[in-house]
Amino acid sequence: MSDNVWDWAFAWKILPRILDAAIITIEATLIGFVFAAVLGLLLALGRRSRNPLLSYPIAGVVEFIRSTPLLVQIYFLYFVLPEFGVVLPALVAGILGLGLHFSTYCSEVYRAGLDSIPRGQWEASVALNLSTYRTYRDIIVPQAIPPVVPALGNYLVAMFKETPLLSAIAVVEMMQEAKIVGSETFRYVEPMTLVGAIFLVLSLVSMVGIRRVEAWLRRKIMG
Amino acid sequence: MDIMRFLPTLLDGAWITVQITVLAILLALFMGFVSGLMRLSGVWAVRAVASVYIEIFRGTSALVQLFWMFFVLPFFGISLDPFTVGWIALGLNVGAYGGEVVRGAIQAVPRGQYEASIALNMSKWLAMRRIIVPQALPAMVPPWGNLFIELLKATALVSLITISDLTFRAKQLNDQTFQTVEIFTLVLFLYLAIALVITGVMRIVERWTGRGLARGGIK
Repeated sequence: MSDNVWDWAFAWKILPRILDAAIITIEATLIGFVFAAVLGLLLALGRRSRNPLLSYPIAGVVEFIRSTPLLVQIYFLYFVLPEFGVVLPALVAGILGLGLHFSTYCSEVYRAGLDSIPRGQWEASVALNLSTYRTYRDIIVPQAIPPVVPALGNYLVAMFKETPLLSAIAVVEMMQEAKIVGSETFRYVEPMTLVGAIFLVLSLVSMVGIRRVEAWLRRKIMG
Repeated sequence: MDIMRFLPTLLDGAWITVQITVLAILLALFMGFVSGLMRLSGVWAVRAVASVYIEIFRGTSALVQLFWMFFVLPFFGISLDPFTVGWIALGLNVGAYGGEVVRGAIQAVPRGQYEASIALNMSKWLAMRRIIVPQALPAMVPPWGNLFIELLKATALVSLITISDLTFRAKQLNDQTFQTVEIFTLVLFLYLAIALVITGVMRIVERWTGRGLARGGIK
């Protein structure tokens, strides 16, 4: 065991490498979340469909994805898709896995939002002879989304914290970079702790941001 | 069918997964109740300790915590075997989320219940144990159930610190046989089965904690 457990000079030297890798982490989070948010809305709408051939399978798939580990799903996408001739780079497979997994969480959030719209809105839309599609697009969805934005934000942060899983399929995000630094230098204390600290700072900052958005929305919705 | 050939290996792994899940659930419950109650303490320092624990474990990623305990602790002279690191890291992580669940449920018990306990000259500890916590339990059960499912899913991470759990075995079989579709599909369904067992148990717990409550909840 080395006598100085924490070496500031070493930590300072490797910080740029970790921060470079953080860009991949953030990229994966943002792209994955856009995917999750869009797919989640589609799943939520599909689950509300009156056609049981659509709503039941969607409900089943959502429960299945929510009950099984993201890591196995990422392996599944990375190793199984090539069997069907779809060869994805590790980063793309990882982002797809994150997006798919969190789309099911987002769909639950949207569902709560959609369910909270009073029946009268639907009845009024029927009275105005709007189609189901137009009712959703112009009446229901615009009212249902803003109140659930903070809940979606929580999942954005949750997803951010799941990105280290991509290191399991050799995507060089923060965690993988820290492991590489560790194996090159046989010093794990600084890289691992730096990664932890960066995660802590970024998630605390984004939680504050989400609370701001929440307060702003509340003022806006209340009028 | 190769499924029968894979099943024994995978079930061995599933058993490790179940062991880690159960141990981590027990630790998470303990940490959740301790940190949740500490956050409600009247003493500033006690609240601060609980807040630091909760924010650190909720603010960093579970895998980072696992790797930190696995790779970094030995540098401080603490060498634990991977299995122990696995359940302790996951238990501490989920316990931090549980702390917020416990705090929220206890705060949701109406103030009048506290006031009545004071009027009956109960000590703070007695009031918590006999009056407040039993009424807060039903509200805690569903969120704890969700956390346990999250925990089960997070146990897949321990495969990355060389524990031969279900995910580890799947990866190993896949490297040996390349029967990718069969293996990973089977593994996903095994996880689903364990999750369904947890959900079922939590239903029973829900009914048990809810007994004796007025229908329609506490007014």
